Amino acid sequence: MKQDAFEAAALPIWTDYRAMLDALENPRQRRAHAPALTSFPQLHRRLCSDYALARSRRYSPGLIAELEVLVRRGHRQLYRRRSAPLRSMLDFMALRFPRTLRRHSTVFWIAAALFFLPMIGMGIAVHQDADLVYSVLDAEQVADLESLYDPARHMPGRGGERQADTDVAMFGFYVMNNVGIGFRTFAGGLILGLGSLVILLINGLSIGAVAGHLTRLDYGATFWPFVSGHGPYELTAIAICGAAGLLLGQSLLAPGQRTRLAALRANARDAVILVGGAAILLVFAAVIEAFWSAGPAPTALKYGVGVLGWILVAVYLALAGRASDHAH
Amino acid sequence: MSPPIDTVRLHETPEGVDLALRVAGPAPRSIAYLLDIVVRLALLLVVMPLAAFSGFGTGLILLAVFGLEWLYPVAFEVRSGATPGKRLMGLMVVHDDGTPVRLPASLIRNLLRAVDFLPMLYGVGLVSMLVDRDFRRLGDLAAGTLVVYADTPPKTPKITRVEPQAPPAGLPLEAQQAILAFAERGHAISEARRIELAEILAGTVGARGGAAVALLNAWAAWLARGAPEGRG
Repeated sequence: MKQDAFEAAALPIWTDYRAMLDALENPRQRRAHAPALTSFPQLHRRLCSDYALARSRRYSPGLIAELEVLVRRGHRQLYRRRSAPLRSMLDFMALRFPRTLRRHSTVFWIAAALFFLPMIGMGIAVHQDADLVYSVLDAEQVADLESLYDPARHMPGRGGERQADTDVAMFGFYVMNNVGIGFRTFAGGLILGLGSLVILLINGLSIGAVAGHLTRLDYGATFWPFVSGHGPYELTAIAICGAAGLLLGQSLLAPGQRTRLAALRANARDAVILVGGAAILLVFAAVIEAFWSAGPAPTALKYGVGVLGWILVAVYLALAGRASDHAH
Repeated sequence: MSPPIDTVRLHETPEGVDLALRVAGPAPRSIAYLLDIVVRLALLLVVMPLAAFSGFGTGLILLAVFGLEWLYPVAFEVRSGATPGKRLMGLMVVHDDGTPVRLPASLIRNLLRAVDFLPMLYGVGLVSMLVDRDFRRLGDLAAGTLVVYADTPPKTPKITRVEPQAPPAGLPLEAQQAILAFAERGHAISEARRIELAEILAGTVGARGGAAVALLNAWAAWLARGAPEGRG
């Protein structure tokens, strides 16, 4: 068949198809035209066959290019991926995130051990030996810290020029700083897991050193009530980000029966769910840290909220979405 | 088929046709990134007056800094496939099967920027792009995404309506395609070059100058439309 006859015969279909594409590509029209679009897959197959015919019959390059763009636009619409993972925030936090974490519980426990064990060890060691704190922090940082949690201050945890800042300013700072650290802990996993490992260790060691040092100085009465409220969410979230990073590292070091690239892709899909959930936990922690931790509530209440926090986190991560675990 | 030597990657769809994805190299992507930095700074300048509201404003500015650092590319890529910088450079982000990038893949590729940036100025990302034949940085490899040139809607070239004339018998298919392409696009090049090309294509017949151009257009008309009325 000559090109002109072919074009003339197919033109009405191409025109229809083009109109349908325009509707699909416009999010507002997309919904309005939904019922009329049931014939789209069929039309798309027709276009594909026209395109293949045009190529195999060596019609003019211009016509082939024109058809190819149509096919490509249609392909994008027909095979548009639905983003299930983060589609509904509530669904994500209630089911998808805790489930994914439980599926990778081994990696999570490894990350938690890499974070909490050095923290506890360093805390005890610094409590025993005054000079050991300088192996992690320099003298200036230690001095800052001491002034920050001096029991004589009325707003513990907010130092120097930040003393006058409001809760909202501190909230912004905590989100930027802590969620940023969480994201970097995850990304560091791409360096064969080493980046996550190092960040977990360093953070664990320095947090432990701070806690040990302040307790030894008898500043514990200002330090512990301040950190008890947000600690459960923040520390758990950092460990989860570390687990996500280790998951990336695992795919490169021990890809199993897949290629490294395939393993990386598969693990990255799960890891990003962990990071997303951890980021939300970190934002929640920032809310508590900014609006509650430095507040005037009595110490006993603050400890109570802290203990409740740990129980909540444990119950949530262990049980949320469990009833329907087997459905998937 | 042997893999193409240019930057066109063919993805075979379930319908059995090959879609061409034209992957973009480090140069246009770097320029797009620099353009995005300008856009980010401009956005930051817009929120700066909030500093007037002391603590409350500072908090919002810090949140904006966080958003511009981590979420800016994700928001634009999920909404329209490209950040403003990429859009200006005619690029877009797609999954490696040519479908538009969605939230999970976009998050992966953008959070992993932190590693591609190491040790400084996207050193790792650049090496990865140069090693990979699809110019993917590590974030793209993990997310399964490609940065490709967006479609440029083709001008629909038409073959000029001249009296068709049969080309020599036994013309190879490649030559027929070249003749059709010449007829469609010849008007876009200079007169001298057009004649030069026409003389090469009409080589076997030995037509020269303007006659060669006319002859080729006539052949193209025959190839596209067939013999004139009443014959063949």
